Amino acid sequence: MLYDLFIGPFAEFDFMRRALVGVAALAVSGAPIGVFLMLRRMSLTGDAMAHAILPGAALGYLVAGFSLPAMTIGGLAAGFAVALAAGAVARATVLKEDASLAAFYLISLALGVTIVSLRGSAIDLLHVLFGNVLALDDQVLLLLAGVATVSLLTLAALYRPLVLECVDPGFLRSVSRSGGVVHLSFLALVVLNLVAGFHALGTLLAVGMMMLPAAAARFWTADITRLLLLAAGFGMASGYAGLVVSYAAGSSLPAGPSIILAAGVIYLGSLLLGSQGGLARRLLPRAHLQR
Amino acid sequence: MYSRRAFLAASAALGLTLSAAPQSFAQEKLPVVASFSILGDFVKQVGGDRVSVTTLVGPDGDAHVYTPTPADAKAMAAAKLVVVNGLHFEGWLPRLVKSSGTKAVLSEATKGITPLEAEDDHDDKGKGGHAHAHGHDDPHAWQSIANARIYIANIRDALSAADPAGQASYAANATAYLAELNTLEGEVKAAVARIPAERRKAITTHDAFGYFVKAYGIEFLAPQGVSTEAEASARDVGRIIRQVKAQKIPAVFLENVTNPRLVEQIARESGAKIGGQLFSDALSAASGPAGTYIRMMKHNISEIEKALAAGPA
Repeated sequence: MLYDLFIGPFAEFDFMRRALVGVAALAVSGAPIGVFLMLRRMSLTGDAMAHAILPGAALGYLVAGFSLPAMTIGGLAAGFAVALAAGAVARATVLKEDASLAAFYLISLALGVTIVSLRGSAIDLLHVLFGNVLALDDQVLLLLAGVATVSLLTLAALYRPLVLECVDPGFLRSVSRSGGVVHLSFLALVVLNLVAGFHALGTLLAVGMMMLPAAAARFWTADITRLLLLAAGFGMASGYAGLVVSYAAGSSLPAGPSIILAAGVIYLGSLLLGSQGGLARRLLPRAHLQR
Repeated sequence: MYSRRAFLAASAALGLTLSAAPQSFAQEKLPVVASFSILGDFVKQVGGDRVSVTTLVGPDGDAHVYTPTPADAKAMAAAKLVVVNGLHFEGWLPRLVKSSGTKAVLSEATKGITPLEAEDDHDDKGKGGHAHAHGHDDPHAWQSIANARIYIANIRDALSAADPAGQASYAANATAYLAELNTLEGEVKAAVARIPAERRKAITTHDAFGYFVKAYGIEFLAPQGVSTEAEASARDVGRIIRQVKAQKIPAVFLENVTNPRLVEQIARESGAKIGGQLFSDALSAASGPAGTYIRMMKHNISEIEKALAAGPA
């Protein structure tokens, strides 16, 4: 019984194993990036970037058809362009980064929709563009694994300046000029992970895989190493749980959303019970003389 | 208040030009709007030179989910007759009809067809997810040629009512086209008969072939349900892979309106071979393999025969 529920589907079906591997790769690299986004108060940036990527991917699809490289390159190009333009405007003018990012991603989105409509075809791009986590072929799996590898190596290399920029950007600026470079490389990682994520889950769900585990982890620890590990763990756990639930619940639960819902359940649980500022700890009186 | 007055004046002027535009190209031809490419072809066949057809969802477009453009509303407003499939196929259409303010007669081409229940096969299949768009009737009625004859009759009557002067011409066109459909049906039945009975089954991306199955006896399974809107669950995909293995289903087919990856994964895992592309909900571009309804049905049946007829290699 337990075997049928938790292991059977993965032993029997290749597509379940592929989904699990893909989600794990996504969690390992996406969740730590989510942690840094959260610490830098850029939690909504991921969402904005996801919208910015969409037209690039759509354009890639229209030019080259259903081809992974074209859609990936298109998405990366659109994402980088928006990130760079927003950063440049924020540095050179009175507009702050959030406002310029909002402006550029909206332009990018509208441009994408227009280009797609000009082409005249009305295939629903959401269905054609976005991967289904149950249909990961070798190409997509390699992309996911490659992106995870690159992300982890880059995060390791940038670890110190990234942490510094989270806690004290002024100090970082006073001791080093690397702030701008670090910021841009970090944005590049965000774009890279979102592009990988939309092949597996669709853009909006890819953002969920980034932010929800990070936010949940924050209720358990304030230590950044533990945060990173815990977030990645939460991501993988929700990936596994989502797949199991989607398999066990029958046909009404599609796999992608149930993975994100599993992450949502972990978040809500942490919100209630978490040891660092969880609601239960706040509302219930502690035992006498205990801190 | 100056700016508000200017704005009001401008919007009034805009409204005038918009409403004036349709009159400027109203010609002697009967303007007809068809909701998607297959209906557009039917209307052209019956209407011939007497009508000018505007198709809203073009070739290779997915009419389940479509966002109308202002040009569509304009065509709608100018039309004397709007032909739709009905059976809740075009969920976005009623709003467009209202917003365009058209005085055209709305004609449902599936009028008089006995709708199939959307398949609620197997265990606990809950289709509630997209009931809003589909109700429970399977809208893909044109996949059976017998139904296509009803479509043609309905379109002929609707055209005659909208343009009584052309009645004789519409009747003649319809009769000629119905004869072609009869030939086509014969060909399809002959092709199915050439496929060994135990190999008459295949996988497609969404349940669009219910009527085809019922009329011609080839079994189609689909992971996605009747609408392209719903997403497949892990359970569905697993069930289909098991079924393909157990029943030795020979082939899976791709469709022109959906994401191919899922079906490719099913093929890889179950050992079924990938057949050609089938056209279910939309024609191809005029130059493509399925530019008209008749060519679409011929293309589909020849792809099906090619993939299923060959014995185990």
